[in-house]
Amino acid sequence: MSHELTEQDVRQVAKLARLNCPDQEIKQFTGQLGAILGYVDQLDQVNTDGVEPLAHSLPVCNVFREDVIRPSLTNDKALQNAPQRDGEYFAIPRVLGEGS
Amino acid sequence: MNIEQLSAVEAVTRIKSREMTSREAVEAVFARIEQVEPQVGAYLSLYKQEALQKADAIDARIAAGEPVGILAGLPIAVKDNICTAFGTTTCGSKMLENFRAPYNAHVIELLEKADAVIIGKTNMDEFAMGSSCENSALKKTANPHDPGKVPGGSSGGSAAVVAANMAFVSLGSDTGGSIRQPASFCGVVGLKPTYGRVSRYGLVAYASSLDQIGPFGRNVADTALLMNAIAGYDDRDSTSINTDLAPNEDYLAKLDEPVDGLKIGVVKQFIASEGLHDDVRRSVDEALARYKKMGAEIVEVDMPSMPYSIATYYMVATAECSSNLTRYDGVHYGYRTPNPKDYIDVYSSSRAEGFGAEVKRRIMLGTYALSAGYYDAYYLKALKVRNLIRQDFEKAFKLCDCIMCPTAPETAFAFGEKTNDPLKMYLSDIYTIAVNLAGIPAISIPCGKGDDGMPIGLQIMSSYFTESKLLRIARMYEKVAQASRL
Repeated sequence: MSHELTEQDVRQVAKLARLNCPDQEIKQFTGQLGAILGYVDQLDQVNTDGVEPLAHSLPVCNVFREDVIRPSLTNDKALQNAPQRDGEYFAIPRVLGEGS
Repeated sequence: MNIEQLSAVEAVTRIKSREMTSREAVEAVFARIEQVEPQVGAYLSLYKQEALQKADAIDARIAAGEPVGILAGLPIAVKDNICTAFGTTTCGSKMLENFRAPYNAHVIELLEKADAVIIGKTNMDEFAMGSSCENSALKKTANPHDPGKVPGGSSGGSAAVVAANMAFVSLGSDTGGSIRQPASFCGVVGLKPTYGRVSRYGLVAYASSLDQIGPFGRNVADTALLMNAIAGYDDRDSTSINTDLAPNEDYLAKLDEPVDGLKIGVVKQFIASEGLHDDVRRSVDEALARYKKMGAEIVEVDMPSMPYSIATYYMVATAECSSNLTRYDGVHYGYRTPNPKDYIDVYSSSRAEGFGAEVKRRIMLGTYALSAGYYDAYYLKALKVRNLIRQDFEKAFKLCDCIMCPTAPETAFAFGEKTNDPLKMYLSDIYTIAVNLAGIPAISIPCGKGDDGMPIGLQIMSSYFTESKLLRIARMYEKVAQASRL
């Protein structure tokens, strides 16, 4: 799977991850991420034919509980860390209309 | 009072029997903090007034003959990625620098129930990503044994406060070695419990299938005592293990009973691993020789998938991290960029400005591993190798009670030594990382000093839910080592 990681690739990943990285950081990450992926390529040497993927170390299955109402955060508590709030709401810049 | 001489177990006994007050213990710890903290820098926040108030309340209850919890009046520190309804929970990040958690983590509720006195929250690599605490955006923490060396990470602050006697015990979290490696570097005991043994409710998520909270102590008994307080089922963590499968145990009760007919596994692939320093190898060999003298049998175990654990981890952990950290959006809580161009820029610039370089690297690595066209080759492949790693352990534990190896390939390194080369930093987790992928418990205990005079850690791993046996095995060594020092 090995291929040279380009700055273009890294810029695309940054966009997907919603990280507005400056050019200089993209350049630095390209080299570093390329080296890490090069190291990860050794997984190719492992024969995994017929091996099930393991997402979780313990045999946990769906955990169900009774659907009962429990105390939860008040609106005010839930909003206490909001960078910007508007009354009972989280505030963000305008999404629709006016030149956006 | 000289707190260096006093273990956590002794301190609680004395507080309960009124030979000493909790206030005296808290004051002694703060006196020590005033003296040492300027050089070490392990705390991100301290709560002296609150701690003294709590101590007085506990002392009053004891004086009135009321029942108190198993950590009655004991000063304890908590890693800053564990939510507390008081103060801040920063995760060592600019993103959460001013974050005030609206609720307590499950383990914090348990500490309160046990009447522990939380004195402060400790420094860490940002979002628990790192092996030296150098990724903290908020503070530099030095190794208490040498100010030029790192304390390890990511729970470096929690290891350092216990090593420097700035708390009796502390809590950390371990995703790839983040309790055991700093315990090794700072010369203290650190336990990573079985995945699911301690509730993750209120632990800020990094890689959810690997994260686990665990205790630090200056000795094995103190570590067991804290484990008694935090272990157990919690229905708010869907991966918390039911008591049917893992009954609650008293880890102190049989601690001094040696394990009869102990069989210790040494991993063929670890013996051959490059990068293992001679002084570390020597110390671990000496520790094994001591166990042999106690009647233990050493067996070599073949674990062919071990060399692939770092590569596997950095796909699994970063994939989970890229998903977990999407919640930092500059909208609900945390840092927001001051002048966003539009609503998309609220996300993109808040995240770019709020996260440090290592966090961004891991988010991007995980995003890449999960992206179309690479998912099968990277993420799915890593999950398959993860299964082989778990199978290696299952086979090994049919042949032995535990596996021993160094916790880290070297003693604490100097500041800046690995910061320019992330891969080099990752490779220092070679012995600890497979444990998290398999979900088994493991402990690091001090086993000597390196050529540079810095502590070396012996790592002991055992099978699922055998923490009790693991602690007893650790205690066997500690007893002999203590006796030889007398």
